[in-house]
Amino acid sequence: MGDYSREDEGCPQLFDLIPKWATKRGEERSHGISEERKLELRLGPPGGEWTVKESNTAACGERERDRLLSLGYFPASPCPQNTILKPPSPWQQHHLHPSYLHLQHGQGQVAVSKESPQPCSNRAAAEQTAAEKKAFSAANTAVNNTAQKRTAPASVVGWPPIRSFRKNIASKPASDSTDVAPSKVSNSVENGSRTPFVKINMDGIPIGRKIDLKVYHSYEKLSYAVDELFRGLIAAQKKSCDGGITGEGGGGEMIGGLLDGSGEYTLVYEDHEGDRMLVGDVPWHMFVSTVKRLRVLKSSKLPTLSHGCKQGKLSVNIKE
Amino acid sequence: MCLFQFQSVMNYFPEEVLEHVFDFLTSHRDRNTVSLVCKSWYSVERFSREKVFIGNCYAVNPERLIARFPRLRSLTLKGKPHFADFNLVPDGWGGHVYPWIEAMAKSGINLEELKLKRMVVSDESLELLAKSFPNFKSLVLVSCEGFTTVGLAAIASNCRFLRELDLQENEVDDLKGKWLSCFPESCTSLVSLNFACLKGEVNVVALERLVARCPNLRSLRLNHTVPLEVLQKILVRAPQLSDLGTGSFTHDPDSETFIKLKNAMKNCHSIRSLSGFLDVNGRCLPAIYPICISLTSLNLSYAPGIFSNELIKLICHCKKIERLWILDTIGDKGLGVVANTCKELQELRVFPSDLYGVGNTAVTEEGLVAISAGCPKLNSILYFCQQMTNAALITVAKNCPNFIRFRLCTLDPIVPDAVTNQPLDEGFGAIVQSCKRLTRLSVSGLLTDQVFLYIGMYAEQLEMLSIAFAGDSDKGMLYVLNGCKKLKKLEIRDSPFGNMALLSDMGKYETMRSLWMSSCEVTLGGCKTLAEKMPWLNVEIINEHEAGEGEGEASCDDRHRVEKMYLYRTLVGPRKDAPDFVWTL
Repeated sequence: MGDYSREDEGCPQLFDLIPKWATKRGEERSHGISEERKLELRLGPPGGEWTVKESNTAACGERERDRLLSLGYFPASPCPQNTILKPPSPWQQHHLHPSYLHLQHGQGQVAVSKESPQPCSNRAAAEQTAAEKKAFSAANTAVNNTAQKRTAPASVVGWPPIRSFRKNIASKPASDSTDVAPSKVSNSVENGSRTPFVKINMDGIPIGRKIDLKVYHSYEKLSYAVDELFRGLIAAQKKSCDGGITGEGGGGEMIGGLLDGSGEYTLVYEDHEGDRMLVGDVPWHMFVSTVKRLRVLKSSKLPTLSHGCKQGKLSVNIKE
Repeated sequence: MCLFQFQSVMNYFPEEVLEHVFDFLTSHRDRNTVSLVCKSWYSVERFSREKVFIGNCYAVNPERLIARFPRLRSLTLKGKPHFADFNLVPDGWGGHVYPWIEAMAKSGINLEELKLKRMVVSDESLELLAKSFPNFKSLVLVSCEGFTTVGLAAIASNCRFLRELDLQENEVDDLKGKWLSCFPESCTSLVSLNFACLKGEVNVVALERLVARCPNLRSLRLNHTVPLEVLQKILVRAPQLSDLGTGSFTHDPDSETFIKLKNAMKNCHSIRSLSGFLDVNGRCLPAIYPICISLTSLNLSYAPGIFSNELIKLICHCKKIERLWILDTIGDKGLGVVANTCKELQELRVFPSDLYGVGNTAVTEEGLVAISAGCPKLNSILYFCQQMTNAALITVAKNCPNFIRFRLCTLDPIVPDAVTNQPLDEGFGAIVQSCKRLTRLSVSGLLTDQVFLYIGMYAEQLEMLSIAFAGDSDKGMLYVLNGCKKLKKLEIRDSPFGNMALLSDMGKYETMRSLWMSSCEVTLGGCKTLAEKMPWLNVEIINEHEAGEGEGEASCDDRHRVEKMYLYRTLVGPRKDAPDFVWTL
């Protein structure tokens, strides 16, 4: 993850498992906004005025934030806290202290708040950078260990706070329609009534995915999608085997040659009769209506098929 | 006229008059208040009260309930703490309804309605319930567990005047019993039947016949095993339905069955509330367009298979929607459409559809801002989002000062402002400052003590606050405890609040229903101190891992942090049904 990206979910290790779309989307959003927006926000409360000035919008690189936060899961103001607040007077001043004082004291403990109604932004900034640097270097080694406190949201117990049955919905789109198809009378009798999410498993990857075939109108697009889906997972798996600390996320080699037998992997499917078939022989729409699940097998495991013969067939059928 | 004069005038009236006056008081709070005025009002009130609400089943016991309210007809009980919904409370913690049913049965209470939330309901309880109360009419179970279809069969068989059987999001073991067939032919009184949470198949013939012989049926929510063709037949027999939960909604849109369904739908002029779609083919959705225009409540949050554009097309028809529950597959763009279309919207819930980053659906602060700008009546929101900004929250606060419930959940619990990387303190501060009627708040994202300062300062009506992974020090919690005078329920997880905050104002907890703290900094010693000083509180320590291990000294070290603590005010002391892993100090 070398780029500045507005990735909000996951710790560095698990970034590999999150497809590229997340980063792209983050970038598109953030760059446009942060350059344009110079925030000066006002509320009009009775008898007072609040001004929130952010003077240090780009100070925290995204990675820095992650590292600092992974120090412990009580974030001790890892980011510039130049928030200046002037709330209505009834509240005692001494309750307020810009939390950069936390960094000053080096720990996440309660900073004994002295008078601090006017933080000197220069001093604050300098102190912050110093503290941040300290925290940064300390955090470097801590990334992997404490990363579990900042893991991908779904792995924290009870977070996000939704009930179990909603979690089941959230992790399996289109619910059980394809899984329990045999018992669903309506599905097997009527053609084309099936919701087209199919499971897809890859050799060597314990966790499968589900894809919506409706979205891909050709074998080529499907092949591309499979590559997208599993490339990151394979890379992550390789890295975790090697035990290295991940730097680049989402990397990994392209999974090519799925359809023509030329690659390391080949795409096969199981049809409604339960037979395993090579993907690519029949027209796309026919394929969609008969496919039950997909598999990405290691090509070496398949009985050898003559390339010339297959390619001939495929080139006829893969249009567009 | 001051209260004393008024009271003495009132005392010249016979009790029947007082009772009649009290009849007009329907809210529990009002009735509780009048019962405090004087002894005679207390007495009149208690003999005339028919509906009782007990927010924490361990705050009193069945005997006291029955002694005080002998004319009890309708009881609402809540059991486990809210965080039990998210698996933070281990199984077996408690919340059993059986003792309540047993006591009421023995005392001859004429129970007609029972509403339970987060309680453990055994089949025995349901059987006892069904057989003990001849006038029993309404059973509503929300987020309960412990029963099977056998218990439901008992209810169906024995409750001759049953009007309502409403099962919402319960954990039910489906033992393939034919519970639905147990409704006798003589049962014609059903008004509301909701079995959407059941996983197993039901006898659809019995269902159709039941629907046919219950002319007062207004609300029917099916489970996912009921196929579309059965739905069609039901709608033909019950066009008077006002609340429908579809079962499976998938079929070949070109088939005759589907065309029949469309026609049946058109005939259902009374449907105002729609839910279900537990298994859906998006191409079937146009069948409901004709009823969309009259809908006031729509729940599509169980249907991840509906794509954003299909959702949008559907929403365009729903101009009168007041309550919308939806998945984040709708996207910011879809929320923009909602904002433009649904001008009557009061409550919006956007649930996450994708916890593992598989797809590219999610909503951000943009969707929320759009809704706040477009829907002037919005007063309740639950919003799961990928990111949020202070600017957005401030805008929302300005647009919608009428929030009663504001629950924001960022999928990453400590994500900062997506643009500025600041904590989200300012944004939530703006919300509490602007929304003077806010009674429920859930905060998330990167938050420091500052946000609690604001909450304490401004959230004067706040009754329930949920905190997770927030704050820097005890001050955060102190701000809240000192500031929020009406606080009833406080639940905190994974935040650095410790003994200092816990013990600073112990009397406060007697004004609250309960406090939950898990993975915080409070120690066993702190909890013990609290329990010692406050006899009217039960301070429970939940020790999942230490149960059964005779660690003796080590686990009793007062300096140990407590993993889970749940305390609540009670009139009846430590409960007797606490399991091994719960230690009441």
